[in-house]
Amino acid sequence: MKLLYFSWVRERIGRDEEDVALPDGVTSVGALLGWLASRGPDYAAVLENRSAIRVAVNQDYADDAHPVSSTDEIALFPPVTGG
Amino acid sequence: MIEVRIQPHDFNVAAELDRLRDKRTDIGALVTFTGLVRDMLMHDRTDGQPITAMTLEHYPAMAQRQLEAIAREAETRWPLLGGTIIHRHGRLMPGDQIVLVAIASAHRHAAFEAAMFLMDWLKTKAPFWKKEEGDTGTHWVAARAEDDAAAERWSRG
Repeated sequence: MKLLYFSWVRERIGRDEEDVALPDGVTSVGALLGWLASRGPDYAAVLENRSAIRVAVNQDYADDAHPVSSTDEIALFPPVTGG
Repeated sequence: MIEVRIQPHDFNVAAELDRLRDKRTDIGALVTFTGLVRDMLMHDRTDGQPITAMTLEHYPAMAQRQLEAIAREAETRWPLLGGTIIHRHGRLMPGDQIVLVAIASAHRHAAFEAAMFLMDWLKTKAPFWKKEEGDTGTHWVAARAEDDAAAERWSRG
């Protein structure tokens, strides 16, 4: 699975993307975020306030119930501020 | 058909409008919105502090996809004759152009409404993030609740 990070999420985690092996039993966005938060203090800090983070699965916005699979591109970022 | 372009370089508004008109005589209304970099921080706690530059980061594939989607949505809601959306990314200076929304229609109401709809949705859906630079350092611009409320007005309940 490819993970992408943008804005202050990227800065806090310290990289813009990574490839991860999806653990068994992680089948939803919510479960993925829970697993990510357990990977280290920077991940935990980013995910501490869940409402501050938007998730996209294959370039579409997704909620915590949205399914995830090992072939997905998942992005984590703060609320957008373009325009 | 509304064309979507995401680019680092500047755009020429007059040239874009000429391209939209292109000898057509069925267009009765051409509404243009241009968003510019302001020289003041938009950050709540430091409002009024001058900024020296602004960097726009984006998620290229998703930005294109989301802008195309809202363009198609506008086309289904209003009788449009064409349009152009341009959004820049990279490091910009105060006064620089950031975004263009130009909409052509037979009548002004459709053109005005579609342009406003596109800007309201772009601000809440298109994955761009602004980072401001000033004398006090750099910080990411926070999303504004009023932008969410503006986009929400167009939702079909």
